[in-house]
Amino acid sequence: MASISVPSGAGQGARRVTSLRSVLRRVADAAVTPLDVDDVLDVFHPLRGGRDGLQGRIVSITPETAESATVLIKPGRDWAGHVPGQYVRIGVDVDGVRLWRTYSLTHGPRPDRCISITVKAIPGGVVSNHLVHHAQVGRMVQLEQAEGEFVLPQPMPAKLLLVTAGSGITPVIGMLRNLFSRRVPPSTDIVLVHVNQSADTAMFRDELRAHGAAGRITLLERYDDQHGLLDVSDLATLVPDLDERLAYGCGPAGLLDALETYYDERGQTLHTERFRAQVVTAGAEGEGGTLTLPDGRQVEADGATPILDVAESAGALMPSGCRMGVCFGCVIPLKSGAVRDLRNGALTVAVPGETGPDGVPVQTCISAAAGDCEIGARR
Amino acid sequence: MTAITKKPVNPTAHLTPEDIEQIGIELDAIRQEVLDDRGERDAAYIRKVVAIQRRLELGSRAVLLGSALPPLWVLGTVGLSVAKILENMEIGHNVMHGQWDWMRDPKIHSTTWEWDNASTADGWKHAHNEVHHTYTNIVGKDNDLGYGIMRVDEDQRWHPMFLAQPVWNFINACFFEYGIAAYDLELGRNLRIPKEKRSAEFKAQLSKTLKKIRKQATKDYVVNPALAAPLGGFVPALAANFTANLVRNLWSHSVIMCGHFPEGVETFEKKSIPDDETRGQWYLRQMLGSANISGSKAMHVMTGNLSHQIEHHLFPDLPSNRYAEVAPKVEALFEKYDLNYHSAPLPQQVASAWHKVVRLSLPNGWLATTNRSNLVEQTKLLWAMSTKGPKVRRAASARLQQQERRLAEAA
Repeated sequence: MASISVPSGAGQGARRVTSLRSVLRRVADAAVTPLDVDDVLDVFHPLRGGRDGLQGRIVSITPETAESATVLIKPGRDWAGHVPGQYVRIGVDVDGVRLWRTYSLTHGPRPDRCISITVKAIPGGVVSNHLVHHAQVGRMVQLEQAEGEFVLPQPMPAKLLLVTAGSGITPVIGMLRNLFSRRVPPSTDIVLVHVNQSADTAMFRDELRAHGAAGRITLLERYDDQHGLLDVSDLATLVPDLDERLAYGCGPAGLLDALETYYDERGQTLHTERFRAQVVTAGAEGEGGTLTLPDGRQVEADGATPILDVAESAGALMPSGCRMGVCFGCVIPLKSGAVRDLRNGALTVAVPGETGPDGVPVQTCISAAAGDCEIGARR
Repeated sequence: MTAITKKPVNPTAHLTPEDIEQIGIELDAIRQEVLDDRGERDAAYIRKVVAIQRRLELGSRAVLLGSALPPLWVLGTVGLSVAKILENMEIGHNVMHGQWDWMRDPKIHSTTWEWDNASTADGWKHAHNEVHHTYTNIVGKDNDLGYGIMRVDEDQRWHPMFLAQPVWNFINACFFEYGIAAYDLELGRNLRIPKEKRSAEFKAQLSKTLKKIRKQATKDYVVNPALAAPLGGFVPALAANFTANLVRNLWSHSVIMCGHFPEGVETFEKKSIPDDETRGQWYLRQMLGSANISGSKAMHVMTGNLSHQIEHHLFPDLPSNRYAEVAPKVEALFEKYDLNYHSAPLPQQVASAWHKVVRLSLPNGWLATTNRSNLVEQTKLLWAMSTKGPKVRRAASARLQQQERRLAEAA
């Protein structure tokens, strides 16, 4: 081993510990090959640090409204923390199949190290309905580290405007909880304009009203069924000192688009968080699409030819085997788009961000394009 | 067995092409029923089996730290044998078939799984999933018919070296994992090629396999015994690992022999398989080319549900826990189309497979035409066939088969 001079004794000690650890680890790996120690430890302690892939365990599920619930999760030791307003990608096994979604974290960092997401069950939403209505305490979920730029500045501005609609409140509730859990709450003057379809279906309604009643925020509730749809141009009437306030908006695309135009016109900045619901529409039976190959080239694929054949005709080197759906020798990830199983018409849809970080592995020899799709190289 | 197209009565002769396609449609429907229902329960099953296997293996290895004490040796060895069998049969084989790919869990996936066996996952997936499952029982295409070292079909030409095949078969059974590794590499064929002409692909696979064998051997015969050494258990632990591997090899070899070798399982001629074999025709070949083992639930799990070999060959990618469930439907279909659903208890199937190995170690017709009174002449004939070159062999072999036919006609 090359010797590196380390000036401090502590550094050498640390290195000795590291190398002892790595030796022990190598011995342990050699004792359980072809598994590694992680696979074995997973059986006993899936939340430990140093694991390949972060997991969490559902600690509790608390209903917020009839159609929404807060899921409290104890993340693994490697959870690096988050700033309120950020979101987390979470992989949930729904009826045995792992699906990935993104949810805002609805608490600041908590003393018990747990994280929470608040989920609204949307009609036809496989994961959201599962989490709100069927998920069980104790189940494991897959996690990635928190991400997102939708966070409050430090130091805090004097005046703040928060405009949220529907589940757009979720990152903001995290910010508010964090601010008001501090021993010295900030002196910032906060106005929250919260839009929802009706008062009954509004998440965190009572908590927000309590903040309002205590004078911590100025809460302006706008319910579509009482006040009609919010017209963005009324905002200046609702909030007379609008231009003095640092503005944050989160909600559906329609509202955010209108808000952005409004702020652009006034020459002011607006921080937004968009919940991008990526939609992949599968073509009708027999309808193909454009196939993007692992090397980036694009070819037309009809809806009746296996994408393996299409890619090979285009000169791509593809893994292949039996060519009849039996051997799984041709499996590669579908990064995005939809393919149809030519044997039974079953659709497999890959939505970036929703179906696993590496796409959905598919058998190319029995899958035909069902609309535009992109395939990746073998892992 | 003789390829069905050469048999006096072809067991599929009564089926019209429409029947065969209808069989395909009905089997597709059985498969679809499982796909539609596949979910949480199945995922929970495989996760449970994996968790049990890992605990059992770790527990057994822990017990073997004290393997200097005979009762602990026995306990640990039994546990480790069972753990190794579960890992190879119910978990490894089935995960590598893609039976659990639908869960989209990268930790239980055909593209990432590596198993506790001398052969590499990649090599196995090619030789087993692709070649054997696609060309099942086609003489000359499916190397599983005798693994390239044995004669398990009348249509494979007899050669004197096959006289020793019962011995080969037993040795292969004891060291089955290495046999599989060699087989996946097509080692025999490749070693006959001059060294400089061997493909880069072969060399790469060979080096991967040797590396895997080294890691496997280091685990079983160095690291784990060394861990037991402080308690004086190096040699006993080594013996325990060796025994567990031996037990696993003998068991998996027996189960796998039962899948395609018992008497009465059909084989197929290469030229009788059309290039555009339909799904129905492929299904039919799988139906006739496999045999089941009947038995308890525990037996099914320990065979990796290969006791449902017929169902497995029809639906290699359905979760193994579902084979028992579809078996009655499949059997009913066999009955409906008047086909032989080949199923028997383990000892019977093992005996039948071994009977075939012994019978076919001898030239076709030899055993049938031999009785106590002509034993000496027949032995001389066999000696001549073994030593006097191909011409004598061909002539004698033709005569033996003619005599066998006459005997059959007389009877």
